[in-house]
Amino acid sequence: MGGLTLNYIIRRVVIFLLTIWVSITIIFLVARLAPGDPISAMVAQASASMGVVENQDAIIEGWKEYFGLNDPIPVQYVKFLGNLLTFNFGPSLIAFPAQVNELIARALPWSIGLGLVTLPLIFFIGNLFGALLAWRRTPGPLKAFIPMTMIFTSLPSVLAGLVFIFVFAFRMKLFPISGPFGRGMQPSFTIEFISSLIHHGILPVASLVIVSFGFWTLGMRGMMVTTEGEDYMTLADAKGLPPFYVLYRYQVRNAILPQVTALAIALRTLVAGQILVEAIFSYRGIGTLIYTSIRNQDYNTIQGTSFVVILFTAVSVLVIDLIYPLIDPRISLEGN
Amino acid sequence: MAETPAEQVKRRQRKVLEVRNLRVHYETPTGDVIAVAGIDFDLYDGETLGLVGESGSGKSTAAYGILKLVQPPGRIVDGDVTLDGDELVHMSDSNFRQIRWTKLALIPQGAMNSLNPTMRVHRQITDAIEAHEGKQDKETLRERVLELFRMVGLPQRVYNMFPHELSGGMKQRVCIAMGIALHPTVVIADESTSALDVVVQRVVAQTMLRVKQALGVSMIMIGHDMGLMAQMVDRIAVMYAGKLVEVAPVETIFDEPMHPYSQVLIESIPSLKERKPLKITEGITHDPRNPPPGCIFQLRCPYVMERCRSDAPPLRELLARHEVACHLYNDDGSLIEDATMEAAS
Repeated sequence: MGGLTLNYIIRRVVIFLLTIWVSITIIFLVARLAPGDPISAMVAQASASMGVVENQDAIIEGWKEYFGLNDPIPVQYVKFLGNLLTFNFGPSLIAFPAQVNELIARALPWSIGLGLVTLPLIFFIGNLFGALLAWRRTPGPLKAFIPMTMIFTSLPSVLAGLVFIFVFAFRMKLFPISGPFGRGMQPSFTIEFISSLIHHGILPVASLVIVSFGFWTLGMRGMMVTTEGEDYMTLADAKGLPPFYVLYRYQVRNAILPQVTALAIALRTLVAGQILVEAIFSYRGIGTLIYTSIRNQDYNTIQGTSFVVILFTAVSVLVIDLIYPLIDPRISLEGN
Repeated sequence: MAETPAEQVKRRQRKVLEVRNLRVHYETPTGDVIAVAGIDFDLYDGETLGLVGESGSGKSTAAYGILKLVQPPGRIVDGDVTLDGDELVHMSDSNFRQIRWTKLALIPQGAMNSLNPTMRVHRQITDAIEAHEGKQDKETLRERVLELFRMVGLPQRVYNMFPHELSGGMKQRVCIAMGIALHPTVVIADESTSALDVVVQRVVAQTMLRVKQALGVSMIMIGHDMGLMAQMVDRIAVMYAGKLVEVAPVETIFDEPMHPYSQVLIESIPSLKERKPLKITEGITHDPRNPPPGCIFQLRCPYVMERCRSDAPPLRELLARHEVACHLYNDDGSLIEDATMEAAS
């Protein structure tokens, strides 16, 4: 029978754990192999801005001791593994003494909130348009209209964002130019705050949706065309089933399977954030955090955000893997 | 349903399906490929007609033309198909949808990809029932499906299974059960047993025949296995390059094939007793976009005459219930005088 088997679940979980372990190891090695030394760089920066820093070597040595960089590599590795698994990423080098996990915890809700609105919209609009583009019975004018909506697909989302800011915020003054909510407001569960949140969110969401759904449309259209040629489609027509039923129960139902896989990978953007869009709209999400930490060589924050993004991607792939047998009954056979 | 022989004879004389001048073309950048070049035949009540021919002869396209399932770039160019008094080719899609499955059903190559992989088997049968009879009580539907399973010899456990959990033979039985679910007047079986091994093929074919007799449906069987056809069908229609070249009762055509193509086709059936070369490879075929004037078989025909290159021979009833499209014969079925039949041997 289709569905989850214990064997299948165990296999997926083992793959999940392996992914996490390999990624942690890569993060560890990359940081050690990369040229430059963040602590020397920091001290050099400090001395450049303040003129002279006394006892430079002692300071560097002290920091190295503090971050455990004098331990042998294997010891560092084991400590590192333990720290990451307990979400202890250490202090931020730039926003010191703030802890990296505090920064992440503060940024995460913004990115997830943005993603939870945009991703379902992109997935829904993209697949709907793709299905309608490929369907034989879609009215001609609609078929001609859909490709026109996709002209923004080739734009970078930043550019769409800038155009939107210029037209709708700057010129027409319909929406605020930037920021996640009205200036001077305190986050709360009041209608006033929530409506401000939505008002500020519309442009970033729209600029992300308009540049992204086209890829889903093209993917879906391709799968719909493939499915169209399947024998079961011919048989469904021969049975005299209502056309709309054939569309969603036979054609879309099968065409959407690879799209769901792609969705698992796209879920990463929930946490990884939309770096540039967040930046131009001054959204305080993970994207902005990654952006500033890379600019400032804030290694601890880079490692922390990388780990959170990887963990989230792996978890979403695991979740999709676990629900996949429910949407494609053939999958669980693979485990046998 | 015991029928007296007299009743049966009478029933067998009633035409349920009449196909007239059916033409199906496939559009290509270099011109239309003429897949079905105007064919005429009748199907009688309770009869099984075998439609045979080599790959590309247009037999499946003809069937899909009758079912109005020809997909672009293919299209029905001309012709009339009359089923129980209703003309199908010019009927509107929504009206034809009422006829589909209730009167005209298809049994596809079930062993291939004919079942929706994301739907349980029973649902793929009941959706057809409900599309034509309206929503029904779950238990009633279940009983009906299980009754169909009994008729085609499927175990009850198949009811809740997914297609990928079934063997090729079981999938084929599911397709048969599906095809007869609404007691259609005519069933078209398109190479229904081709993808199965010979043992399963035989069993499935027998199931199909048994079910057909129990329900009294008329059937068009499409295939290329002459041996299987010989045991399954009442009449055989031989197709070559989009044309019917010979239609005759099955015994007659095996004993005395009249059209040169039928002759080589039947001679090519392999035998254990002797090794013989495949006769049919002689000669070349024409470009299907641009058939030569005259007979469609002239390029491969061992007896080709001057006349064959200019006049296309019509399908004529030369002997009782034996139609042939060939210039070699007079209207009474005798050979014309200057025919050189020895040329073959």
